[in-house]
Amino acid sequence: MTTLTLAKALNEGLRRSMEADSKVLVMGEDVGKLGGVFRVTDGLQKDFGEDRVIDTPLAESGIIGTAIGLALRGYRPVCEIQFDGFVFPAADQIITQLAKMPLRSLGHVKLPVVIRIPCGGGIGAVEHHSESPEAYFTHTAGLRVVACSNPADAYSMIQDAVRIDDPIIFFEPKRRYWDKAEVDLSAPGLPLDRARVVRQGDDVTLLAYGPMVKTCLEAAAAEEGRSIEVIDVRSLNPLDSGVLAESVRRTGRCVVVHEAPVFNGYGAELAARLTEMCFYHLEAPILRVGGFSTPYPPSRLEDHYLPDLDRVLDAVDRVFAY
Amino acid sequence: MTASPELVQLLTPEGERVEHPDYDIELTAEEVRSLYRDLVLVRRVDLEAVSLQRQGELGIWASLLGQEAAQIGSGRAMAETDMAFPTYREHGVAWCRGVDPLYLLGLFRGVHNGGWDPYEHNFGLYTIVIGAQTLHAVGYAMGVQRDGAETATIVYFGDGATSQGDVNESFIWASVTNAPVVFFCQNNQWAISEPLEKQTRIPLYKRASGFGFPGVRVDGNDVFACLAVTRKALADARAGQGPTLVEAFTYRMGAHTTSDDPTRYRMAAELEAWKLKDPIERVKAYLFKNQLADQAFFDKVDEEADQLGRDTRRRCLELPDPEPVAIFENVYSGPHATLEEERDQYASYLAGFAE
Repeated sequence: MTTLTLAKALNEGLRRSMEADSKVLVMGEDVGKLGGVFRVTDGLQKDFGEDRVIDTPLAESGIIGTAIGLALRGYRPVCEIQFDGFVFPAADQIITQLAKMPLRSLGHVKLPVVIRIPCGGGIGAVEHHSESPEAYFTHTAGLRVVACSNPADAYSMIQDAVRIDDPIIFFEPKRRYWDKAEVDLSAPGLPLDRARVVRQGDDVTLLAYGPMVKTCLEAAAAEEGRSIEVIDVRSLNPLDSGVLAESVRRTGRCVVVHEAPVFNGYGAELAARLTEMCFYHLEAPILRVGGFSTPYPPSRLEDHYLPDLDRVLDAVDRVFAY
Repeated sequence: MTASPELVQLLTPEGERVEHPDYDIELTAEEVRSLYRDLVLVRRVDLEAVSLQRQGELGIWASLLGQEAAQIGSGRAMAETDMAFPTYREHGVAWCRGVDPLYLLGLFRGVHNGGWDPYEHNFGLYTIVIGAQTLHAVGYAMGVQRDGAETATIVYFGDGATSQGDVNESFIWASVTNAPVVFFCQNNQWAISEPLEKQTRIPLYKRASGFGFPGVRVDGNDVFACLAVTRKALADARAGQGPTLVEAFTYRMGAHTTSDDPTRYRMAAELEAWKLKDPIERVKAYLFKNQLADQAFFDKVDEEADQLGRDTRRRCLELPDPEPVAIFENVYSGPHATLEEERDQYASYLAGFAE
């Protein structure tokens, strides 16, 4: 076991991926010499060279567009989008080109492109640096969307993502980059498309992914009287709905937590789907806790916007009030 | 448009061979006849597709009429291992790459979204969102560099596309990476209804200098010049000389697509002037004048074209509609729980009608 931050665990995972397959490339703005603004790619260019760790021009559409071309030539690019709010210039390349080309080729083409996106708020950043754009991508067929929440998962999930032949949006909770945990570098991780019960409980199920998993665990630990189960969804698309439904049928109550705005957010899909699957077991409607249906606020207000332990427990209280 | 220092032309509209100091080409009689045959055949397929659309058999068609020389010239310049990235109008290039025209018709009929194997033909899928494929080409060329291969990449786009961010980004990436890519811009003067002056105030080929690589304007209706210029640009790319922008100066003789009505925005006189520069007539005149082909040859090509048109029509009409559950196939590289659930539900829903 080794103690690693989440950022370092990603770095180790990328390193393993690059060692295992010479076709794996890392590309993005400042990923080479600087090692990325969060240092996730630190040292990779030094060890693997400028041909495999590419400092790109400052052009997000270009990063994804050329990654598609590299993938067509047989490479496996891992692209970094520097911040969540910077991904939108690449929207056409991701949504229209990357996600659809394998289908349009009737399966002749595989595009194993990973797009890493540091996501979420809570670091006091200036605007466009704290967003949670997952729903745009979970709504796009052809993409896989995953979110890691802890160092051990970060280490295994990034390696799985690189190995899989589908394009993948890989969300990294930027405010958890510096969280440390024990990571077993030789143990196989849970498969990429599986959800994980991270805390067992009997009375209510909390569903979260990325940065909110830790918040939900803290809420569950702080709760007195009720037994809270916490599930890390991990893979937003495809969704491991069986694990979620089993839990919700058992507890009869469910709260979905994410940083993104609640209105039309990913939680709406979870709530609707689990209501269909668990209707006769539910004691109350599935509730959602998330950001307000506003743009992400200036950082002095972000503590009000982001779900925290108290807002999660408030929702737990409400789900028991039915 | 007449020959000038800034326009590479090797065959005049009247069918006269002219010299150019930087570009020349030696073609045997057989090669010229073969170019002529390709020009005629792709025009014939295109005509058949327009007719099929008019008869309701295709949803839409983007005609290449007038651009045959630009496409056959550049398409025939490619080595077998070179890779091409097209727009949605490169039927002539597809022909040169050995893509069965039935795939193109299938796309516009709505049977699939292309579906040919890009690796089998070294010809990418058609790209409809304007300019996106230029970045794919540069990325592919970056892969070629990493492979140490002597392979060039060519990417097609139009005059309108030069306003797109992706095209400009691709110029930058190709420039700073010295990527082995040829940017082949068919300037057909019109982006649907918008004339060239809505996109640029300098000649398009001159844009290249601002990005740091050579640009050249070629008579896009001259198949010899298009072949020669593209051949050199591809050879330069393979030799590590980096990108070239080729502006093929041509004209879209038909509508943008079969849904368009160009009489609303352009003058008939313009069309008439360009008719005199037809890319096929000049090759025919050259072959005649130099006694490189007789009437029997032209008759034979016409006959072959008609046969191709008839076959294309018959095979298009025979294209079966896909099975409904095909909607769910190839979205992901392997099984996907949600898609499988939806597919099974829809299949049983459909089966309910049979009872």
